[in-house]
Amino acid sequence: MIRVVLPAHLRTLARVGGEVTLHVEDPVTLRSVLEALETRYPMLRGTIRDHVTQKRRPFVRFFACEQDLSHESPDTPLPDAVATGAEPFLIVGAMAGG
Amino acid sequence: MSGIRLLVGTRKGAFVLTSDGKRKQWDVSGPHFAGWEMYHLKGSPVEPNRIYASQTSSWFGQIIQRSDDGGKTWCQPGTPPGEPTTTPDGSPKGESNKFVYDTSPETGKPLTTHQHYDGTQRPWEFKRVWHLEPSLTDPDTVYAGVEDAALFRSTDAGQTWQELAGLRDVKGNLWQPGAGGMCLHTIMLDRNNPQRIYVAISAAGVFRTDDAGKTWRAVNRGLKSQYELPDPDAEVGHCVHRIAMHPSRPNVLFMQKHWDVMRSDDGGGSWHEVSGNLPTDFGFPIDVHAHEPETIYVVPIKSDSEHFVPDGKLRVYRSRTGGNEWEALTNGLPQRDCYVNVLRDAMTVDSLDPCGLYVGTTGGQVYASANAGDSWEPIVRDLPAVLSVEVQTLT
Repeated sequence: MIRVVLPAHLRTLARVGGEVTLHVEDPVTLRSVLEALETRYPMLRGTIRDHVTQKRRPFVRFFACEQDLSHESPDTPLPDAVATGAEPFLIVGAMAGG
Repeated sequence: MSGIRLLVGTRKGAFVLTSDGKRKQWDVSGPHFAGWEMYHLKGSPVEPNRIYASQTSSWFGQIIQRSDDGGKTWCQPGTPPGEPTTTPDGSPKGESNKFVYDTSPETGKPLTTHQHYDGTQRPWEFKRVWHLEPSLTDPDTVYAGVEDAALFRSTDAGQTWQELAGLRDVKGNLWQPGAGGMCLHTIMLDRNNPQRIYVAISAAGVFRTDDAGKTWRAVNRGLKSQYELPDPDAEVGHCVHRIAMHPSRPNVLFMQKHWDVMRSDDGGGSWHEVSGNLPTDFGFPIDVHAHEPETIYVVPIKSDSEHFVPDGKLRVYRSRTGGNEWEALTNGLPQRDCYVNVLRDAMTVDSLDPCGLYVGTTGGQVYASANAGDSWEPIVRDLPAVLSVEVQTLT
């Protein structure tokens, strides 16, 4: 199972409390995780990536295993620790404020 | 027993303020959608407990919310509360937050470009919904004015949205963003002619359709923008901040432009200035008294570079002559050390008698007058910056 951590506003929209767990077939990639997430929580469509172009929204970042994966290709396999559920995949609102 | 429900959108959530017809004691509920920018909420005139809301964020984009119980509970129309979020075959239900410009050959227009701040051309890119205008006759039909400027319509209570793309065809390459972005912020439906709709765009001007949105034309003759446009009386490009009309006289329009308060007596065919003795003719909102079609209200602010009321005094100005002759309404409003603004959707009138008037400020106050502006009292003082105020008169 893939563990996904959403930012607070998206947890509210999806009506979930803590982590989300998703079943994702191999290979586990950014794209396959996001598709599984949006299929289960369609109210999140458009909030993480554009409806049409599928590009990541500019103020949304993807972190896992202490790495910034925001600029990786959507089809790059995610780290094994994410694929096995040992580490969560973090969807994060870009830092703002001072 | 009549009642009043105010729908207040702020930078950090929505609030619903309710009162009986006396408009003295108010209940405050909220924040709804805490932490999100709530650009606009508006109820259906034919089914008042149905309210549409625009919830938006620079981070997570656009969400449309709907309430069918007067603002007590809300749902994203594509995903009603308590129902599965997917269809039996696992595909997602309606996507109420999906606004895609119509580029189809059958109904749409090519996604051309508009002017950017620097004068270069940029393609249209959806950013947010500024204004929601429910149909006057059908609770499932609602219009959305969006940034980058376009008009969308939903006929399934907000589940899906279709662009009325003919609007972008009216010299869209000359439209440009105002300070807040290139937004379609005003939608006026004509109660007497269902085929006629007016919209206003910053900075493009006023546009009118007489065939329910298929084709449009600019109705900006008489506007002058000598500091904003190379051709001051160009057909499009004017920074119109807000337009208003009285339902009994749909050909008489009032406008607060970037600078200048304007009036048209022929459905936008031509405009003339009615700023008269206002201390400054820059401002955002304009509205019309519910029972007196020649009584109008504006809230002047100092200038395009100083977006706050002049002299530290919040003054609503009223004209009982359809413009030109204005009186300051100050009783109960702060008259010293006040530097707030009232944004374009943040003034509204109820339809009780005497007519009630409401303004929300960027300082988080919502002021109410139960006597057409003669005197004012704050309903709330410390909300986040107010983006919009709409009123529902409930009977």
